Amino acid sequence: MNEWALVGVGVVVLGFALRLNALLVVVAAGLATGIAAGMDLQRILELTGGAFLKNRFLMVFVLTLPVIGLLERNGLREQAERWVLGLTRLSTGRLLLAYQALRQVAAMLGLTHLGGHPQTVRPLLVPMAEATATRGVGPLPERVRERLRAMCAGTDNVGLFFGEDVFVAFGAVLLMQSFLAQHGHAVEPLAIALWGLPTAIAAFLVHGARVARIDHRMAAEIERIRTQAARA
Amino acid sequence: MSALSPIYLLVGGVLALLALRTARDAGNPRRAAGALFWGVLAALFVAGDFMSPLLVGVLVVVLALLAGFGGVVRGTRVERDPIERADSAQRLGNRLFLPVLLIPAATVAGVYGAKFLQVDGKPLLSGQEATLLALSLGCLLALVAALRATRERPLVAIGAGAGLLDAIGWAALLPLVLAVLGGLFAAAGVGDAVAKLVSVVVPTDSRFACVLAYCLGMAAFTMIMGNAFAAFPVMTGGVGLPLLVGLHGAEPASMAAIGMLCGYCGTLMTPMAANFNIVPAALLELRDSHAVIKAQVPTALMLLAANVAIMHAVVFRHAG
Repeated sequence: MNEWALVGVGVVVLGFALRLNALLVVVAAGLATGIAAGMDLQRILELTGGAFLKNRFLMVFVLTLPVIGLLERNGLREQAERWVLGLTRLSTGRLLLAYQALRQVAAMLGLTHLGGHPQTVRPLLVPMAEATATRGVGPLPERVRERLRAMCAGTDNVGLFFGEDVFVAFGAVLLMQSFLAQHGHAVEPLAIALWGLPTAIAAFLVHGARVARIDHRMAAEIERIRTQAARA
Repeated sequence: MSALSPIYLLVGGVLALLALRTARDAGNPRRAAGALFWGVLAALFVAGDFMSPLLVGVLVVVLALLAGFGGVVRGTRVERDPIERADSAQRLGNRLFLPVLLIPAATVAGVYGAKFLQVDGKPLLSGQEATLLALSLGCLLALVAALRATRERPLVAIGAGAGLLDAIGWAALLPLVLAVLGGLFAAAGVGDAVAKLVSVVVPTDSRFACVLAYCLGMAAFTMIMGNAFAAFPVMTGGVGLPLLVGLHGAEPASMAAIGMLCGYCGTLMTPMAANFNIVPAALLELRDSHAVIKAQVPTALMLLAANVAIMHAVVFRHAG
């Protein structure tokens, strides 16, 4: 074992803390890790190239972009706003709460693709959230708008993460089951999936409570910005 | 060549168009470097199957250098007039939603349908291949539907997609490069070094301390690796199984399930999980690339505490 292998971790932490270009930091950390582990440069580059080719599937999301881009050009976001404003009693908090519930329950049923940042968050959830927020608290200052958008993205992540693990055929459940089996513990995948439920419920309550308060928080923040502006 | 090669060809096509657009964009101050970045990336997707791993490795370093020294900046935007967009929304109405909903619907249908594609009782496609092919097919179907609804030309759609990719910028490549780093970490034995560190500092005779070490270890190591799946075997093999199961008689299924979810709390808090945290910030055009992480940290910390409590309450239920 080789403690020098941790050099790469140090490069990553330092690089992100200094806000250097993340792409450069990560590639530099890979090179540093390989060198620290005593590999020669050619071997490091070959490992890098091989892993890159094998992981190209991570860019397949690019294929959603022409569809979303074309529809946005033709008024998708405007239509999302129009549609949501027809629901006169919908607050931003309720909208996000409904989205979180849908996302989490769908993921629990294995339907992890019924959502995502390019597919639903950017073209649908964000314009709807901004429209309901503007209806509720008036025009959104830049800072409030940024936070609301970030919360939309976070709500998609939380709903996905703490739903998918309850689905028994999900990759993570099978990964855990095969790992435990390799180490001499025979357990049912269903047992692992069901023990994801308490955390799933906790996630819904914890994040749901934050999301439900978002209208009050936005109003308070706008009030604070106004008083600051009035004083200045 | 693999079952996914045709998909990579399509991705490469979008990348190539962005490279062309960048090369011709007189308003972009770094257009040569930017066109080179997207062009090299397009080549890796179109022709990667025919390149040696060494050449690919060198090109990845070239991409990192181009992005690292400011070569990839957003080009001039050619957005459609907001009034035209509003008119179009009025005219097309809810028909605009149909293609968006077609992507997930076709993906889900394709994933289930692929299970019936069998040769001699074995599935023709792996689960991952089936998912990606179904997603791609869903995108193509949705594209056809969107083109018919809007009566635009296909090249306009690819151009609009390239424009969105330009807005995301080099961050689009980050998840892929992080997966490469994960492979190098594994080859160099980073996991074993971390597990050894954790087991050295934990007072092992305390049940609670062991639960805490496993849960926090999963979260912290996931933050380093950007992926709970990479952290799970390391922390469970190094801390969970020997200390919690071996020493204190914890039940493995519940320990593993809750341990993995501690890792997910880590995923919510790290820029290393770029596809969940950094790419969306770029996609939503946020000025602070860490804004999504900041929005998630309170949820993640409260859930991590809940996980420690849940694990401590349930894993020892069969132990004395």
